[in-house]
Amino acid sequence: MSAVAQVASAADWRDDFPVLDQSMHGHSLVYLDSAASAQQPAAVIDAVARYQREDHANVHRGVYTLSHRATEAYEGARDKIVDFINANSRNEIVLTSGTTESINLVAQSFCRPRLHAGDKIIVTHLEHHANIVPWQMVCGQTGAELVVAPINDRGEVELEKMLDLIDDRTFLIAVAHVSNALGTVCPVREIVEHAKAHGIPVVVDGAQGVPHLDIDVQELGCDFYAFSGHKMFGPTGTGVLYGREALLEDMPPWQGGGDMILEVSFDKTIYNELPYKFEAGTPNISGVIGLGAAIDYLQAIGMQRIAAYEHELHDYMVGELRKVEGIRLIGEAREKASVQSFLLGDIHSHDLGTILDHQGVAIRTGHHCAMPAMQRFGISGTSRASVALYNNRDDIDRLVVALEKAKEVFA
Amino acid sequence: MTRDDTDMQDLYRELILDHSRSPRHFGKLENATHTADGINPLCGDKLKVYVRVGTYGDIESAYFEGSGCAISVASASLMTDTVTGLQVDKAEACCEGITNRLTDRGPGEVPGIDLQKLRALDGVRQFPARVKCATLAWHALQAALSNETAPATTE
Repeated sequence: MSAVAQVASAADWRDDFPVLDQSMHGHSLVYLDSAASAQQPAAVIDAVARYQREDHANVHRGVYTLSHRATEAYEGARDKIVDFINANSRNEIVLTSGTTESINLVAQSFCRPRLHAGDKIIVTHLEHHANIVPWQMVCGQTGAELVVAPINDRGEVELEKMLDLIDDRTFLIAVAHVSNALGTVCPVREIVEHAKAHGIPVVVDGAQGVPHLDIDVQELGCDFYAFSGHKMFGPTGTGVLYGREALLEDMPPWQGGGDMILEVSFDKTIYNELPYKFEAGTPNISGVIGLGAAIDYLQAIGMQRIAAYEHELHDYMVGELRKVEGIRLIGEAREKASVQSFLLGDIHSHDLGTILDHQGVAIRTGHHCAMPAMQRFGISGTSRASVALYNNRDDIDRLVVALEKAKEVFA
Repeated sequence: MTRDDTDMQDLYRELILDHSRSPRHFGKLENATHTADGINPLCGDKLKVYVRVGTYGDIESAYFEGSGCAISVASASLMTDTVTGLQVDKAEACCEGITNRLTDRGPGEVPGIDLQKLRALDGVRQFPARVKCATLAWHALQAALSNETAPATTE
């Protein structure tokens, strides 16, 4: 990891991301859509390429050296994940295709066999569709009810009202750690504390939490924590479900196939142990190895250092955006992480996105897969800028210049 | 001026901006004979198209309502202007012609119909991500009209 060790200051981090070194429509690229997908550092790209050039074979199967190397690298990444989120053991780390699959796994394997008609699952109004639809599906399958905790005008979860929803029919609480649309950091620890007092398990959608916060699942106390590799500078198609071992142990497999078994006959199948009983089929080996490299990269810099840098940059972004005449910020929670949604005059977000793109500035526009959150604010969508460790103040200044240009077009 | 600036001006031509700011035939048509929704799942925008077809198979009136970006609203507005007074089959041919032209998939002209004004939408061709915005209303109109003229396919 010598390349990573050389990463000294924020100014240098940007150089680690090859994709950023290009021009877009005659301007240098400003990438402000990391909340949708973060770019990958050369260390990740190289790790994936090295694996594919030198080590590729199927994992957990071959007796030959190459397969052994692939398995070592793949399982080595799992160890890194254990350390990265401070899980208790490898048994608690289920590798998935992403946050979406992780949440669906909980819905179908943990909830579906246990839910009864009339039970309740509580979510909040700011959730991503991935933390709404899987619960709706399992509610439809079992007759349980999806209950929505409100958010206020700043985009914060109304904790007292949420806690008031808890009753003896509450089966589960599912909440985002950080809202992808609004940037709100949700009070997960308080929610877990109250849920525990009632014996209610908590699932945290950590897709936006992991890239920006120093995660310690034991300290958070949640029962499940789901996240994606590509939001934290790793490859797409990788993800993690952390689950407390006692809960995972009691859950049935949700997909059948190879690798998740110990013994198969036509009479009976004996399932594999944790975490493999949840990992049917050949996994995304190269992707997971890339995710391991992303963790190395992040840890070499330090998550607290990254969080501090992003926080400062986010505050600068919000301050600069506020100066833009005609702007309306959506999502002004007191505790936020690196995402800012906004509207500019009556310019539709897609028009704004196109005009910004032609000035080399990439932002996300639309509903951000959080339609209920948009409905809460009476809008169909927003423009959203999100920053990561490779962004800097120049990027924010370019965003503001591009917004002024958009106003000219629509003047 | 760079090529990109030209593309941008080409997309947001004055006629497009005018129709997006002051869309024609905007609102609900009370005595519509056909309606259909157009939804762009990419952005969640929704348009509803209303058409009144007269006894002689001509479009007496075409309206739309909903929210959308400048491109989708302007395109819908231009569409209502264009198809009002046309026979249904001609209007359908216009839907096809416009979609073809914006996606470069086939003949973009409709015999006997002057689509000159709709050339204002041509700028969208340089913006692949935005073509769906421009074709949304036309797809909705096609859906609305096919409900009537092809009842056999209606379940």
